[in-house]
Amino acid sequence: MNGLSANVVFEAGFFSSSPVHVALVAGGMVAVMSGVVGVFTVVRGQSFAGHAFSDMDTTGGSAAFLLGVGTLWGFLAVAVAAAGAMELLGVERRRGRDVATGVVLGAALGVAALLLFWDTTVSSTTGATTTILFGSLFTISGATVPATVAFSLAILAAASVSYRPLLFSSLSAEMARVRGVPVRLVGAGFLLMLALAVALSAITVGAILSTALLIGPAATALRLTRRPAAAMGAAAGIGLLGVWSGILVAYDSAQWPGHHGWPASFCVVAVIFVLYLVADLQGWTRAKRTATGQDRMARGG
Amino acid sequence: MGPAEASGNLVSLDGISVWLSGHEVLRDVSFSVRPGEFTGLIGSNGAGKTTILRVILGLQEPTAGRVLVKGKAGARHNRSVGYVPQKVLIDPDLPLRARDVVGLGLDGHRFGLSTSSGVRRRRIEEMLGAVDAAGFADSRMGNLSGGEQQRVLIAHALIGQPELLLLDEPLANLDIASGHEIVELMRRVATEHHVAVLLSAHDMNPLLPAMERVVYVAAGRAASGTVDEVVRSEVLSELYGHPVTVLRVEGRILVVAGSHDQTEILASAPHWLERT
Ligand SMILES: Nc1ncnc2c1ncn2[C@@H]1O[C@H](COP(=O)(O)OP(=O)(O)O)[C@@H](O)[C@H]1O
Ligand SMILES: [Mg+2]
Repeated sequence: MNGLSANVVFEAGFFSSSPVHVALVAGGMVAVMSGVVGVFTVVRGQSFAGHAFSDMDTTGGSAAFLLGVGTLWGFLAVAVAAAGAMELLGVERRRGRDVATGVVLGAALGVAALLLFWDTTVSSTTGATTTILFGSLFTISGATVPATVAFSLAILAAASVSYRPLLFSSLSAEMARVRGVPVRLVGAGFLLMLALAVALSAITVGAILSTALLIGPAATALRLTRRPAAAMGAAAGIGLLGVWSGILVAYDSAQWPGHHGWPASFCVVAVIFVLYLVADLQGWTRAKRTATGQDRMARGG
Repeated sequence: MGPAEASGNLVSLDGISVWLSGHEVLRDVSFSVRPGEFTGLIGSNGAGKTTILRVILGLQEPTAGRVLVKGKAGARHNRSVGYVPQKVLIDPDLPLRARDVVGLGLDGHRFGLSTSSGVRRRRIEEMLGAVDAAGFADSRMGNLSGGEQQRVLIAHALIGQPELLLLDEPLANLDIASGHEIVELMRRVATEHHVAVLLSAHDMNPLLPAMERVVYVAAGRAASGTVDEVVRSEVLSELYGHPVTVLRVEGRILVVAGSHDQTEILASAPHWLERT
């Protein structure tokens, strides 16, 4: 034991553990990227597509496990294939988009059920299902880190380049089209960005919880600010806070008295959810205050 | 120089017909809009107003006929036309302030990182002022009232310095006072910015003080001219294909279709007769 005060927060070895380094870097990078993509996702009303991608990633993850390649590559392959299929099936209308998502999702989940079954029976490793569904922050191989960081940076770059056309077509596709925004192309590009973002976050918190990392911080940020760039910054910050404090709690909990530790993905999502509740409560009381204070004069005017 | 430009028209439609899923939505529609002119595009629901605007914008290919914008075919991506669609549903969660929406009208179509220069900020500020929206420039778009949103959208369309502004039913869902404010604003903007306005509505009465010309649409056909030329029993009977009567009551215009035992108000119902 060294340094009494630091020990209260950081258990021994936190800063020298190499799995912790990997988790902090890869998880942090993915959190920032997910926050930014998440704001666009919420604003464009594509949370369902985001959720569908996370479910479909179980298919890719389980296939990769069977084939013996890295889970990340399984996630990424499925992301590209699913985004392509949804774009091909999907119509420009919002309703058509959800239907296309549902169809592709159903097919992918059927395959996932089969593959997960094989993963556990054929290879007789129960670890596969857990890793795919709930992530592997502490067992990410060092080799996946560069790819994770590179993909995250590429997505961030793509999001910043298409920042204005993306916002514009979220305001009104028709108005954007009239001003020369290639609305269809921008939409397809975003779908691919979203698919990749979910795949990367599935690596950290698992396929099942990746939507929480995508949508949670974004939804929280949108409660806090009304400026688009600020919302993205806040979402990135909240995601980062969630992932890093989740890693810390998970690491520390292994040393806590009792029987078992708390898994990192649970801690990450728990932190994000609590932050959302706090922001929501705050926004709710604020809305109530202004509503009673100055009852909006002349509804129509 | 094209023929339309030679004749001084900003937009001209010539024998436009549009078929949509087996229905003739527009039949032989011809009219033109001159620079700086305020034109009302009047017709009841389903008459074809939105389709006409979409044809001008190049969003809808006509089955027959020709549309010229500044003497060129099709206005697609034409910077000289600004557009506010009929229903812009704004999600309350959309993190855009009124000033962000106006800014998107300036450079929202550009890729790459945005540069927030002082010149850009000043132009946005100016535009917000021009539509009396400076007071809620920093409010989230989704929290504004219908009339306030309409002003912001007009500023958004206007900041690109178009020569023609197409507004699709901007008065729908507004109360009478806000409707009058928008019409008054459009009249002022048309003069000050020298922009032609083509504004669609199902009731022409709120537009009467501002409207220089009218394009009256009924069942896909259109008649155009001044209000006195077009809104007459003979002209509209011909357009509707059955007898209608134009009544003027206390400075308001009422178009009714009637036989002895049944009377139906076709368009331009005064507010006290409108169903609410
Ligand atoms: N995509 C479409 N397919 C088939 N019919 C359509 C389509 N769009 C519009 N219509 C029909 O065209 C007619 C004119 O529509 P519209 O131009 O929207 O009228 P308005 O704007 O005057 O209410 C309506 O009868 C409508 O049902
Ligand atoms: Mg319409």
